[in-house]
Amino acid sequence: MTGRSHVVERIMLVGDPASPRVLGTRPSLADSVFRRTAYAAGAITVSVMLAVGLFLTLRATDALRVAGFGFLTEQQWSPETGHFGVAAVLFGTVTIGLVALCTALPLALGTALLLSEVARGRLRSTLVALVDLMAAVPSIVFGLWGVFFLQDNVIPVARWISTYFWWIPIFDVTDDSGATLTEDSAFTSSAFIAGIVVGLMIVPTMTSVMREAFSQAPIGEREGALALGATRWGMIRTVVLPFGRGGIIGGTMLGLGRALGETIAVYMIISPIFTINWQLLKSGSNSVSALIALRYGEASDFALSALMAAGLVLFLVTLVINFTASSIVARSRSGAQSEG
Amino acid sequence: MSDTLLEAPPAPASAPRGARRTTVPDRVGETGERRRLHRATFEERFDLIGAAAAGLATSTLLFGWIAPLTGVVGWIVVSYLAFLGYYVLLTALVGDRQRIADRVATVLLVSAGAILFGALVFVVVFALLRGRDAFWHLNFFTQSMELAGPLDPLTEGGILHAIVGTLIQITIALAITIPLGIATAVFLNEVGGRFARFVRTIVDAMTALPSIVAGLFIYAAVIQLVTHQRSGFAAALAITVMMLPIVIRAADVVLRLVPGNLREASYALGAGRWRTVWGVVLPTARSGLVTAVILGTARGIGETSPVLLTSGVTAVLSFNPFSGPMISLPLQVFDFVRSPEPTMIARGFGTAAVLLMLVLVLFGIARVIGGRPPGQLSPRQQQRAQEASRRDADRMARRAAPVTASSTAPSESPAPVPHEKADPS
Repeated sequence: MTGRSHVVERIMLVGDPASPRVLGTRPSLADSVFRRTAYAAGAITVSVMLAVGLFLTLRATDALRVAGFGFLTEQQWSPETGHFGVAAVLFGTVTIGLVALCTALPLALGTALLLSEVARGRLRSTLVALVDLMAAVPSIVFGLWGVFFLQDNVIPVARWISTYFWWIPIFDVTDDSGATLTEDSAFTSSAFIAGIVVGLMIVPTMTSVMREAFSQAPIGEREGALALGATRWGMIRTVVLPFGRGGIIGGTMLGLGRALGETIAVYMIISPIFTINWQLLKSGSNSVSALIALRYGEASDFALSALMAAGLVLFLVTLVINFTASSIVARSRSGAQSEG
Repeated sequence: MSDTLLEAPPAPASAPRGARRTTVPDRVGETGERRRLHRATFEERFDLIGAAAAGLATSTLLFGWIAPLTGVVGWIVVSYLAFLGYYVLLTALVGDRQRIADRVATVLLVSAGAILFGALVFVVVFALLRGRDAFWHLNFFTQSMELAGPLDPLTEGGILHAIVGTLIQITIALAITIPLGIATAVFLNEVGGRFARFVRTIVDAMTALPSIVAGLFIYAAVIQLVTHQRSGFAAALAITVMMLPIVIRAADVVLRLVPGNLREASYALGAGRWRTVWGVVLPTARSGLVTAVILGTARGIGETSPVLLTSGVTAVLSFNPFSGPMISLPLQVFDFVRSPEPTMIARGFGTAAVLLMLVLVLFGIARVIGGRPPGQLSPRQQQRAQEASRRDADRMARRAAPVTASSTAPSESPAPVPHEKADPS
C-alpha cells in the first residue's frame, strides 16, 4: 500500500533492553486530511442539530417573555390577544400518545416475541422485512386509511364502549350540559381514533427494538430453562422477558416519542379544539404538531414566535423521552464490535 | 447475536474428519415411530381447528339467534374470545397448567402478529385499491393540475408536477445527505474518541426530532431569513434534516458490523487509516451502506409535514427548486383530500398509490442489495473475488518464477532472498 502512515519512530534497539520502547506515530498527509474531514462531518451534523434547538429557543423567547409561565397552563391559543398556552394541545398530544401506546404495546410485544421465538427460517425473515417495510410507509397513507376507512368502522366500537363503560370518566361522552350523546357525529375525529392510527404507525419501531433485545437473550440460559423442562412460554417468561426488559421499556418510550411528534395523520383525523377534553371518545382533540401545521400559514411574526415556543416544548419533551429510551436500550445492549 | 447461534450453518469442514464417525444404530428390536420435532401433532391441530370452528359457531349463534348483538367487530371479538375459551378447555383435557399457558401464549403471539400484518397489508392495499380509479389514466402521469379544476373528470389533469417536485427535492436532499451522513458514520466508527460519542448522542436525539419541528426550523431559518419565499430547495433542506439521522444511524450499525480483524489485517499490512477505510471498510460495508441510503430515501420521500411548511402548494409544473413553490407527492395527496369533491379524493388516493409504489420499489431494491450482512458475498461477488485472487496468484507466480529460477542458480546472482543472506554458515 502507498500510505506510509504508521511509521514507528524511535525504536530503541540499543541500550537497556529492560526499559520499555517508546512508540509514536506520525500520521501521513492522507490520514490527517481524512481525520479532519471526518471531524468536520461530525461537527456539521452536530451543528445542524444544535442550530435547530438554538433557533427554536431564540425565536420562541419573544412569545415566552409575554406569556411567562402561563404558557404551560393556558388553554387558549390566540397570540393576537396575548392569551395563549400549550396546556390544551399538550394534553391532547399526551392523550393521543397514550392511546397509541395502549394500541401498539400488545401488538408490538406479541409480534416481537413471535418473530424472535416462534417463527423460524424463511417465514421469520419475510415477516421481519414486512415490519421494516411498515416503518417506511408514509404517514399520509396511514392518515388516508384512518380518515376514509377506520373512522367509520371504529365509531360503533366507540359507542359501545361509551354505552357500557360510561362510569369510567374518560369513556363517558357528554355535551356541555352533561347529557349523554349517542349520535355518530359525537364520536368522529376523536383522540381515540387518532390514537389508534398513530399506534399502528409506531408499532414497527417498537417491534424492531424489542425483537433485537429478545434475540440477545443468552442461549445458555434459554437452553438451561428448556432442559429443566420449561415449556416455550415458560422459557420466554423466565429468560427472554427478564433479559429483554430494557428493550421493552426502551422500545415503548421510543414509540411514545414518535407518537408525540406525529403530525399529518393526527391533523387529518382530529377536529382541533383548544380546551382540555378528558373524554377520549368524544369528537375534538388537538396536538402540538397539528397546531403548528394548522396555524403557521396565517401567522404574524409574534404568532410564529408563539408557534416556535410550542414547537420547542414538543422538541424538549420528545428529546427527554428519547434520551431516556436510548440510554435504557443501550444499557441492555452489549458487544460494540464483531469479529469475523 | 443468538440468531447466528440458533441457526448456525452446519459445522465447518475443518472439524476432524474420519476420526470418529457417527453411526446409525442397528434397527433391530423395538424402535419407536420417528419423531418430527418441528411439526404439530395431530392432536394439537385438532384442538386448534376444533376450537376455531366451535368459536365461530358460538358467536354466530349468539349474534343470529340468542342474544341481541350486532356488528362485524363485535362478532369477530366474540368469536375470538369463544375460540380462546374452547381452546383452553380442549388443551385442559390432556395437559396441565403449564401446557395450557404455553399453548394459549403461542396462540396470543400468533394473533398479535396476524393482526399487525393484516393491518399493514390492509393499509397498503386500501390505498392502492382506492387509487386505481385515477391510476389507470395515462394523463395522470403526463399532465399537471395547472389547467384542471376540482370539478374536472379524472381524464383531465395529473400529478406530473408533484412527481417532478419529489424527484428534484429528494435528489437535492440526497446530494447533501449521502456524503455528510456516511462521513459522519465513518467518523463515529473509525475515528472515535470523546467527540464521536457526543456526536452519536446528538444523532440519537435527532432521530426523535418531530418532523414538524424540522419544517418549522427551516421555515424560520431559511425562508424567513434568507430566501423570503417557499421553494423546493427549502423543502429539500427540511427533508435533509429528517433523513440525515436515519442514514447516519443505519450506516453506523452497518459499519460497526465490519469485522474488526479485517481492519487489523489492513493495518498489519502497513495501510493507514484512510487506506483502510477506503480500501477495506467501505467496500466491505457497501451493500449495507446502499441499503441505509435507500431506506433513508424511502422515509424522506414520504415526509409530509416538513414539506407542508416549506415547499408551498402549487398546481404548476416547476423545474426550478430555488424560486417559487414546488409541490411533492405526499403534500399533493394532502392537498387533494382536503377537497370534498370525489374526483379530487380519487386523485389523492391515486397520488398516494404512486407514492406507495415508489416506496415499495425503493424498499425492494434495498432488500435485494442489502439482504446480507457485511463480509458475506453473493454467489456472483464470490466468483468475482475468486477470479481476482486467482489473477493475483498468477501474477505473484509469474513474478516469483525468475527469482526462484535464479536463486537455484549458483551464488553469483544477486537473488534477494533474505533467508539465504542471513544464513552465511
